[in-house]
Amino acid sequence: MAENKNGINRRHFLRDGLWAACLTGLGGTAGFLSKKTNAQNTVWQIDPEICVACGNCATYCVQEESAVKCVHAYAVCGYCRICFGFFGPEPHDINEGAENQLCPTGAIKRTFVEDPYYQYTIDEPLCMGCGKCVKGCNTFGNGSLFLQVRHDRCLNCNECSIAAACPSGAFKRVPADKPYLLKRVDRA
Amino acid sequence: MIRFAYIIIGTAVLLLWFPQSGGPSGIASVPTVGERFPPPDFESGYELPSPTTPAPRQSVYEYVDTVVLFAALALSSYLVLRTRSRRAILALCVFSLFYFGFWRKGCVCPIGAIQNIALSIFDRDYAVPIAVMLFFLLPLVFTLFFGRTFCAAVCPLGAIQDLVVLRPVSVPEWLESGLRLFAYVYLAAAVMFAATGSAFIICRYDPFISFFHLSGSLNMLILGACFLFVGIFIGRPYCRFVCPYGVILRQLSRISKWQVAITPDECIKCRLCEDSCPFGAIRAPTADWPAYDYNKSKKRLAFLILLLPVLVLSCGWIGSRLRPVTSRVHATVRLADQIYLEETGQAEETTDASAAFRATGKEIKVLYAEVEDIQAGFGLGGWLSGGFVGLVIALKLIGLSCRRRRTDYEADRAGCLACGRCFEYCPKEHAKLKEAKQAIGES
Ligand code: SF4
Ligand code: SF4
Ligand code: SF4
Ligand code: SF4
Repeated sequence: MAENKNGINRRHFLRDGLWAACLTGLGGTAGFLSKKTNAQNTVWQIDPEICVACGNCATYCVQEESAVKCVHAYAVCGYCRICFGFFGPEPHDINEGAENQLCPTGAIKRTFVEDPYYQYTIDEPLCMGCGKCVKGCNTFGNGSLFLQVRHDRCLNCNECSIAAACPSGAFKRVPADKPYLLKRVDRA
Repeated sequence: MIRFAYIIIGTAVLLLWFPQSGGPSGIASVPTVGERFPPPDFESGYELPSPTTPAPRQSVYEYVDTVVLFAALALSSYLVLRTRSRRAILALCVFSLFYFGFWRKGCVCPIGAIQNIALSIFDRDYAVPIAVMLFFLLPLVFTLFFGRTFCAAVCPLGAIQDLVVLRPVSVPEWLESGLRLFAYVYLAAAVMFAATGSAFIICRYDPFISFFHLSGSLNMLILGACFLFVGIFIGRPYCRFVCPYGVILRQLSRISKWQVAITPDECIKCRLCEDSCPFGAIRAPTADWPAYDYNKSKKRLAFLILLLPVLVLSCGWIGSRLRPVTSRVHATVRLADQIYLEETGQAEETTDASAAFRATGKEIKVLYAEVEDIQAGFGLGGWLSGGFVGLVIALKLIGLSCRRRRTDYEADRAGCLACGRCFEYCPKEHAKLKEAKQAIGES
């Protein structure tokens, strides 16, 4: 009986020791990590210089309507009369008719500014982030259309499922206070 | 072909319709964007609009989540250990499923947080957000005190599976233990891939995330549906055989300060609770060990302890040998492989990744050097994670040849998910409830 009791005591002692060690370990981890933690969070963003506008952004987002949308850098735009982001490869006519447009949802608005310039504006609620216009604009135009994760919509998933599917590795984590990687030209 | 036609037509249209602005000329002014058409000088006083940049959602949510997590853990522990009410535990379970699952979309969760922690330990540039750290640590601390009360009613993945346990069948202990090895391998792999910055595989293969989002790829939906279907018969399959966080909780639960007690009183060995656990976590009392068996296992134990280092080293070696396969999970390694094939003329077509890389103008040498570092990480990671798996196998074998004496029916400290189903099977519990009712009636 006495031996049995000793055994139990020993086991309790071991268990308590281990318990204390685990708690200290967790505390240590917390300490070590909190030295590194900053209140500064990171969010996902597309590097427009790397994106090849493959179209995955429209379908791989965990949300029904992708958090990725097209953004227009007006400062880079040539305000062309014929925009290769706006018109399909063989437009029937150079006007706003739906059959002439490249965008499958008609999300780009074309408005006359002054001869011969036109402004192109993305109607974000319509855009689904397919990147068709981006491809067109990058291939033949100035590349002023590009895709960005819109942070009013993005859930900031731990692993962005578009990032996992992106063939060019354009997704990266950026600081939450500078959440966009915009294209721009610094013009005096 | 189509692309080619596109270019021809495009160029033709371009030349026909755009003589005014002088054609492609001002390329020099912008380094990265090919500025084929110089931005116009407007005469009509037109103001350039600037793109909108909506701010990220408030991180306030994260702090609210942390507070809710803490409250849910505290409540769950109280319900399991004091109230002993299955119904209340179930109610909390449903709440957690809706809050952490459907409302917060199952992200961030403690299971996935393993990866953030691993990455932040190994990557100097990655700092883990404070909320994520708390999500990782709080359930561990609670488990150290109260057993797996996180699994009982707080984890949304556990909750969704708990609701479909309808016709549980029992799984033999050896099979359960063997299948659980997968969870350890998964944990080791997840830590390795996270630490090397390759991928967050726990998030990528979370079977229930598509339910929480009510959308997602078909494959993941099917996987989730399979888990739920299997879960009708085999209680909580993800928890028992896959969950990498669960295996950490198991170990902490072994030494927790308090623990689920099947009976509120003394066990009378009526065997009524024997089959009440859908997760096979109830252990029957043991008979004394026959001396012959005892001596035999003593020898086996000595042998297994000698085997331990052998297993650790050989599994570590296998892990490091797998490097060519595992390292390809890292996008940069895949890119470098492709570039190498292109440079040596073995691949004719470029891929999106290699085209994008070449467009950045980065030097190939720099890329190769980067990949060498990553590969080294995978070599070490292979040794460590392989060694870890070897250690687990060895300890499992050792565990099999040690026998603990039990005089009562007990919940297995590691495997008990604290769901509280067994409570109502105990006649002592009923006696106690009756007493309590009477006491209330009298007063
Ligand atoms: S998946 Fe990547 S390459 Fe494709 S459109 Fe999105 S960011 Fe661009
Ligand atoms: S073409 Fe695609 S990316 Fe461009 S505006 Fe339309 S929907 Fe958006
Ligand atoms: S982080 Fe999530 S919500 Fe945001 S773009 Fe990626 S998949 Fe969509
Ligand atoms: S074992 Fe894992 S998935 Fe199951 S309840 Fe616990 S933490 Fe959640």
